[in-house]
Amino acid sequence: MAPGPRQASRFPMPLRIIPRLDIKAPNLVKGVRLEGLRVMGKPQDFASRYFADGADELYYQDIVASLYGRSNIVDLIEETAEHIFVPLTVGGGIRTLQDIQQILRAGADKVCLNTQAVAKPEFITQAARSFGTQCIVVAIETIRQTDGRWKAFTDNGREHTGLDAYDWAMRAVELGAGELLLTSVDREGTFKGFELEFIEKIAKQVPVPVVAHGGAGTLDDIVQVAKLGVDGVAIAGVLHYNRLTVKDIKQHLINNGVEVRA
Amino acid sequence: MSVKVAVVDYGLGNLHSVEKALAHLGAEVIVAESGSQLAGVDKIVLPGVGAFSDGMAGLRKAGHIEAIKAAVAAGTPILGICLGAQLMLSQSEEFGHCEGLGLIPGKVVKIPSEGIKVPHVGWARLEPTENAAWKTGPLRATPPQTWTYFVHSYHMVPDDAADLAATVHSGPHQITAAVSRANITGFQFHPEKSGQKGLDMLKAFLFA
Repeated sequence: MAPGPRQASRFPMPLRIIPRLDIKAPNLVKGVRLEGLRVMGKPQDFASRYFADGADELYYQDIVASLYGRSNIVDLIEETAEHIFVPLTVGGGIRTLQDIQQILRAGADKVCLNTQAVAKPEFITQAARSFGTQCIVVAIETIRQTDGRWKAFTDNGREHTGLDAYDWAMRAVELGAGELLLTSVDREGTFKGFELEFIEKIAKQVPVPVVAHGGAGTLDDIVQVAKLGVDGVAIAGVLHYNRLTVKDIKQHLINNGVEVRA
Repeated sequence: MSVKVAVVDYGLGNLHSVEKALAHLGAEVIVAESGSQLAGVDKIVLPGVGAFSDGMAGLRKAGHIEAIKAAVAAGTPILGICLGAQLMLSQSEEFGHCEGLGLIPGKVVKIPSEGIKVPHVGWARLEPTENAAWKTGPLRATPPQTWTYFVHSYHMVPDDAADLAATVHSGPHQITAAVSRANITGFQFHPEKSGQKGLDMLKAFLFA
C-alpha cells in the first residue's frame, strides 16, 4: 500500500490503550529511555491486571531476545494466552519467517519488527506476504536531533541507523508494514509527555494505524496524543508504577470526547 | 456439568487462543485432528485464519467434512470463528470460486473497500438483527453495541436475510459480523480476543 494521507472516516475505530511490557524473561522490567532496567515483577501479574481493567491489546517487547534466543518469550506468550483474551503483539529479536510463525503459533496476533527491518528492508515485504500485512508492525525508534529532525535507531535506542525517521517510516509502510509503533527513545520512561510533533507528522501521512509510545505521564498527555489522530497509545511506566490505571485513562478519554472500547 | 467441546484442527492458523479460552471457561476441550474425533462431543468449534481454499482442503484431508455435516445434522451446536465461520457457507469468491460446507446457504465475498482499509482490523460494535441467536443462541447474554475484534478481508452474505445475526460498520459499509441458523452460528470476529464480553459469548455457546 503506497503511503498517502489517511481519509477521515465517519466511523473511526476506537483508540486502543495498549499496556507495553518490556520483558527480560522471566521478569517485567522498566527503564528510563529504555535503559537502566529495574525488575518490576512477573509479567503475568501485570498483564492480568491490565486485562481486567479493560486494556484493548497488550504489547510484549523481549529486550534480550537478540542476545539469548527466544524460547523464554514463547513460553510466556503461551502462558499469557491462557489468561488474556485480547490481541497480543510481540517484538524483539525477530529475524526470520520461522521466528514469526513460532510467535504467532504460541498465541500472539501481531509481531513487531525493528532491527531486522532496518538491516534487510525486504524482510518487511516477505513477512507481510507470508502472514498478511495486518500482523506486521514496524517499530520506528526515534531520537530528536539538535537540528530538530528525528533519526531512527535500533536496539532500544543504542544503535544508529543513519536513517531519517520520517523517511524510514514512509518506506516501511510502502514495503508492507500494516501498523507503525512510534517510540520516542528520548522520552520513554521520563513521564514528560509524547513526542507530539513527530507523531502528528506520521499519523497525518500514513494510511496504516499508528501507535504512539514514549513519555506518557499524565491523563492529559494521553488525551493530547489521542487528538493527533493516532490509533493506539502504548503505555508502560505510569501503569507499572500504578500512577494511572487503564480504567482511569479510558474514563478520562471518554470525558474528553475520545472514543474508546468501553 | 462438564461440556465436551471439539476444536476442529485442519492445519491452519492458531488454535491455541481458542482452545485456551474454552478451557478457561471450564469446558473439556478436544483438539480434533481427524473427523472421527467429532463423534460424541457436545459442541464443535471451527476456528481458523487463512485462505478459504486452503481451509476446505485441510478439512477434506482430515476427514472433517462428512463428520461435521453428520454432527450438525444430528443437532450438535457448532460455532465457526473467522475463516471457520466463512467455511460454513456454500461458497467463496476468494481466489476464484470455492465450495464451502454449505451449512448456511450463502457466499463469502470481498469486503467493500471504497474509502476504507482492507483488511478490516480492529474493534467494532455489534449491531443486532432479529435473529434468534440473540434470544436463545450464543448472543443471548450479549448487549447490543458490544465491541468485538476483527481481522478479515472477506465477509459472509447469507442467501436468506433471516440468517444474518449481526453487522458492524467498516467505514461507511455495513458488513456481516455473525450468521446463525438453528444449531449453526458463525462469528466473523474473534470472541477469544474480544475481552470479557467475547468470553461471555463463548460461555453462552458452551453452556446452553
